[in-house]
Amino acid sequence: MRIASILPFFATLALGALPGLAQDQIKVGEFASMSGGSASFGQSSHNGTMLAFEEINAAGGVLGKKIDLHTEDDRSVAGEPATIVRKLISQDNVVAVLGEVASSKSLEAAPICQENHIPMISPASTNAKVTAVGDYIFRVCFIDPFQGKVMAKFALSKGWTKVAVLKDVKQDYSVGLADAFEKSFTPAGGTVVKTQEYSTGDKDFRAQLTSIKASHPDAIFVPGYYAEVALIAREARQLGIKAPLLGGDGWVGESLLKVAGNALDGSFFSNHYSQDDPSPVIQNFVKTYQAKYGEKPDAMAALGYDSAKILADAITRAGTTDGPKLRDAIAATRDFKGVTGDITLDADRNATKAAVILTIANGGFQFVQRVAP
Amino acid sequence: MIEFLQQLINGLSLGAIYALIALGYTMVYGVLRFINFAHGDVFMIGAFAGLYVAPVVLKFSNGGPSWPGAFLVLVAAMVICAILGIVIEKLAYRPLRNRPRLTVLITAIGVSLFLENFGQYAFGVDPQSFPDLIGDHAINIPAWCGPLTDLTIMVSQVLVFAVTLILLVALRFIVTKTKLGMAMRALSVNPVATSLMGVNNDVVISFTFGLGSALAGAAGILISIQQPSIDPLMGLQPGIKAFVAAVLGGIGNIPGAALGGVLLGVIETLVVGYSDRLHIPSGYRDAVAFFLLILILLFKPTGLLGRVEREKV
Repeated sequence: MRIASILPFFATLALGALPGLAQDQIKVGEFASMSGGSASFGQSSHNGTMLAFEEINAAGGVLGKKIDLHTEDDRSVAGEPATIVRKLISQDNVVAVLGEVASSKSLEAAPICQENHIPMISPASTNAKVTAVGDYIFRVCFIDPFQGKVMAKFALSKGWTKVAVLKDVKQDYSVGLADAFEKSFTPAGGTVVKTQEYSTGDKDFRAQLTSIKASHPDAIFVPGYYAEVALIAREARQLGIKAPLLGGDGWVGESLLKVAGNALDGSFFSNHYSQDDPSPVIQNFVKTYQAKYGEKPDAMAALGYDSAKILADAITRAGTTDGPKLRDAIAATRDFKGVTGDITLDADRNATKAAVILTIANGGFQFVQRVAP
Repeated sequence: MIEFLQQLINGLSLGAIYALIALGYTMVYGVLRFINFAHGDVFMIGAFAGLYVAPVVLKFSNGGPSWPGAFLVLVAAMVICAILGIVIEKLAYRPLRNRPRLTVLITAIGVSLFLENFGQYAFGVDPQSFPDLIGDHAINIPAWCGPLTDLTIMVSQVLVFAVTLILLVALRFIVTKTKLGMAMRALSVNPVATSLMGVNNDVVISFTFGLGSALAGAAGILISIQQPSIDPLMGLQPGIKAFVAAVLGGIGNIPGAALGGVLLGVIETLVVGYSDRLHIPSGYRDAVAFFLLILILLFKPTGLLGRVEREKV
């Protein structure tokens, strides 16, 4: 019974009901995949966002008012974001929208926020097209042209010059990241020996993997989401493919290692932050998050947290929740000390941040290296 | 060459799954002239039945994989799905027995939607991990096979193929050599005359649905053994593909369903596997199935093994 997805909503309502009247609150909307194939994304980012707003409200709120978070679940279904974001804007009258992790879903909602002059901050959508929709759309993470370059350089540094690509055609993120990878990989001396595709929700990849196996790649680039990546890794090992897998931040999902078992050992992926980073800012955050939710925060949780804090900071700097002024304040974010790094939004409303490369070993993620932009 | 053989194996294994589900579709159509669109969702319920029964059964083998345990889970899922099928028939289809075909078809779609949403509500929308019932691993190909040792054949793939064959033979036996089977065949020709011969139509129809749903349940367990990630919407895609397979082989024809399933699985796998040489992106894999459906309906609508039935006035 999925009451769990409604509970936070009531919890935030209760939180907002404390001072009494709705006018004393700032309504912020959030849309995320709380259930379905990419539930891990939404649940993590939502947890991070909630934690951030709770801390802010406990310290007195923003401009003297508490933040009232309205969360809607898009159930990992394409088409849902459009509906629920419209609802958040027209019925709940939110002043800003936080979301989504998946680029395809952000791309659905962005035009709606843009036309209604409601600022939208995506915590983790990395496809370059998202912020290109309009000047009300922002993100607090790096973009795929950078992420693709990171993994391409990494592959070449390991001497893997022949790489096969297996991408998800149903996700803008996957297609975009595969593109970015190739654009950096091929000119620098790498060869993409085989390109294969699959769709979100597929469970059988043997046909594609057999074809990839026959091309003898040094590594396989799988820029997809965790649910399919885990199954792909399993089947690849079953078919006797020994090459390591490479991927991006879409791998960050709760069930990734549960489903893959040790099939992903020795594989690498790029991410926004590492929870083992000894920096005090990160360790503090990990401790607080773990105390509240009983598990360590993944990259989506950290980004959800940062996006919420940046929004609150922007509202404070703008002195108002009025659309155009709030937009200008968000665009002016400089050197914001976030959990995922120092965040400065550039002219394209993207954040220039370092990426970390992690590997899978001993049933968990291990830090390999940090790559500056 | 090895690549081609491996793709063939992949295709046969995928095809066996389609064949298993198609058997249920085709049998119900053969007897009742009715496409049970809820069939794919009964298959999903079978998988979840297995998910809940497995821990109980596996307790006797200390949580580890066991063949007798797997067999018990299979039988349990088949029984649960058979009961579900009979209940659905009694509640949703029987009251509409004398209505136009279209009415029952729409009801079937309604039942399908109900099962999917009920599944999402009861089991949660997120994919869940199916326990490893048989300790799945690749079969060790002996060294004297030479280059063939490069092939990967999973125990689960052989299992699906074997069980499909067994059920195919068993079904054929039931339909052609038993009294109930004879009643089913009589019903498919003329229900009124059959009841005049002293056959209780209700019992035969219930039995048909029960049998078809049991097959769906078996398919659910076998697929979950091979692809251990199950979710309430998992019946949609295989259901539609199996329907295409059944039409491909000739709807109402039992060997036809098996042939159609295997053919569909192999063609789909080969198109995906050789996508770069065919210049068809492998993301179009589902389109292959529907393209085949259109082709067969255009050129041989009765299917590969189907016979044209002339309506004699």
